[in-house]
Amino acid sequence: MTLLNHYFSVFLQGFGYTLLASLIALVGSLILGTLFAIMQVTTSKVARTIGNIYVQVFRNIPLLIITLFFYLAVAKVIKMTGFTAGTIALMLYTSAFIAESVRAGILSIDPGQMEGARANGLTFWQAMRVIVLPQAFRVAIPSLGNQFINLVKNSSILAFVGGLDLMYQGNLVAASSFDTFTTYIIIAIFYLVITLPLSYYVQYLETQLKKKA
Amino acid sequence: MSEFFNAFTGANLNYLLGGLGITVGVSTISVVLSLLFGSIVGIIQFEKIPYFSSLVGTLNNIVRNLPLLLIIFFTYFALPQLGFRLPIFWSTVAAMTFFESAMLAEIVRGGLEAVDRGQFEGARANGLSNMQTMMHIVLPQAYKKMIPPIISQLISLVKDTSLASGIVLAEMTYRGQIVYAQNTNYIVPVLLVLTVVYFLLNYGLSLLAKWFDKRLA
Amino acid sequence: MEKIRKRRFGIIASLILVLVLVLGVLWASQTVKNNQTHQDTLARVEKKGQITWGVKADTKLFGLMNTKTGQPAGFEIDLAKAMTAQIAKQTGKKLTANFVPVTSASRIQLLKNTNIDGLISTMTITPERAKIVDFTNVYFNAGQSLLVQKDSNIQSIKDMNDPKYTVLVVVGTTAAQETKKYAPKAKVIALQDYASAMQALKSGQGQALSTDNAILYGLATENPDYHLVGGVFTKAPYGMAFDHNQKPMTKQANQALATLQADGTYNRLIEKWFKNVPGLDWHDLEVGK
Repeated sequence: MTLLNHYFSVFLQGFGYTLLASLIALVGSLILGTLFAIMQVTTSKVARTIGNIYVQVFRNIPLLIITLFFYLAVAKVIKMTGFTAGTIALMLYTSAFIAESVRAGILSIDPGQMEGARANGLTFWQAMRVIVLPQAFRVAIPSLGNQFINLVKNSSILAFVGGLDLMYQGNLVAASSFDTFTTYIIIAIFYLVITLPLSYYVQYLETQLKKKA
Repeated sequence: MSEFFNAFTGANLNYLLGGLGITVGVSTISVVLSLLFGSIVGIIQFEKIPYFSSLVGTLNNIVRNLPLLLIIFFTYFALPQLGFRLPIFWSTVAAMTFFESAMLAEIVRGGLEAVDRGQFEGARANGLSNMQTMMHIVLPQAYKKMIPPIISQLISLVKDTSLASGIVLAEMTYRGQIVYAQNTNYIVPVLLVLTVVYFLLNYGLSLLAKWFDKRLA
Repeated sequence: MEKIRKRRFGIIASLILVLVLVLGVLWASQTVKNNQTHQDTLARVEKKGQITWGVKADTKLFGLMNTKTGQPAGFEIDLAKAMTAQIAKQTGKKLTANFVPVTSASRIQLLKNTNIDGLISTMTITPERAKIVDFTNVYFNAGQSLLVQKDSNIQSIKDMNDPKYTVLVVVGTTAAQETKKYAPKAKVIALQDYASAMQALKSGQGQALSTDNAILYGLATENPDYHLVGGVFTKAPYGMAFDHNQKPMTKQANQALATLQADGTYNRLIEKWFKNVPGLDWHDLEVGK
């Protein structure tokens, strides 16, 4: 308890950075992920191949490697802090998973809808935006929710590059207070404050969706 | 450009690939152990035992919603304060098993729920006990369906083992850091090689999952 | 009937689980509090026939992993080997040296957790640390300094006292705490290890890397575009460390260190590792001259 009192502002600052990184990465990865999902379902072979390669590469390498790459290699050319590098890496990594969720959502929509919309004179993008995507997202929401939970947990990667997040602050507190046990328990509670409610909300959405089906 | 290849002396390559062995070792042992513990937790949740199932489910949720990195640090640095002292390799295995069991429990539960209800009733009608029905009829079918998601969990484990570089486990990512500690110009080549090795391993696994998916469908 | 049995089983199992959890938490918080009683390090070491030293694996000159042998090499590694042999001679027990790589962030925890027996890992003796570990006498005199790019206009730590500058340090080092005192306005970012910190400096994540001069010299030999500036602005005497209240072990280690310094072994190791370091006169590091 004295530990919590003493370092409360430090933990709170870390919590803020964790939230900020998660929100930025969430918005970015939603946009990128949707873009790559659409690329994977177009008729253009080039677009499909690019979409596929992107998704496969980012799904199959560790987030830490991507983060180190941005922090240590890319930052040599384009200046960025550990927080920025970590958040970009988090965004790219998560977008590959989001692309998969959205793609599955799109594929679950009857292709007849797309054909009908096109027959009525809508372009591919218009049909995608107005008819297909809204339905696809509704189907994909639980899986997107899970991706967001993963994203919050994965934001702990920022600790490796001095990203000022909750885990980073926790390591600093553990190193100076030597009470590792209590420090990590406090950190765990901070993470659960974000992830647990989300997780129950996603479960609720899942059951709602099943009821409808 | 010469710097690029200088990074890969025989000794350095050997050292890196030795790390791959540890990465694969940790992931494989963890996935097998997690399957065991995860099945127990998954079955408890599936059985809907009053109070008990929801209690176990809540605990499972808590574990699932923590960052793995935190669990790895906790197991290695905090648990010894309670007298649980494990060598670094087994400490990592323990942390990963703890976390991954919670993940696999969800998969096992989902797999069980996907098995046709009629199978239970049929088996029970033929005089099998609850336990027998589970062991001989339901679980084998559920596991068959679960092979692809279990393989994708293995992929996550292979990737997540890199987090143990934070506690100085000599797996592949840590060894990469040691190689570029010799000369910081090695950093890009080392990261590229790590990317390629992880990708080949995990992409291979994902193809395997796809193959099972098709064969079982 | 079966429903009732299942319900009863559920209630009992839940109660047992809750009980186990509550007792576990109580026991854990109690154990963490009472964690001060440790066994005698010297006795443990003699029983195992081995001293497990926590050493650096990413620090040139002091402890750097040799990828060919898979073993770290450096001044501290050689000193630890000599110390182990000398302590074996003093106690008349057979002892071998074993090395475990540690980082600055984790080393004290690992010592407290008895994953390792002793530390010889570029660790500065400070009053705060001395409250929780036992230090030996000084075996190396270092001091905090700055490493900057050669064309940088930064000449000393005072020049860094500006919010536009970032100083890079390593988690768990004294520099991580001291830098703020000398340049309160500068940003300080802590990295996990020296390799990352050096790379971060080269990528422009900060304008200077600050830690003990001895470690910076090692980094400068590999990166000729960088040099040390401003001399040392703190004193950082290195000591070996054992767990708290390990008088017998510390006494043996001090005696061994004194013997090695008297019989010339220490100076030979200094010559071996620091003779060819640019910008450093290794004779300054010798003892007894």
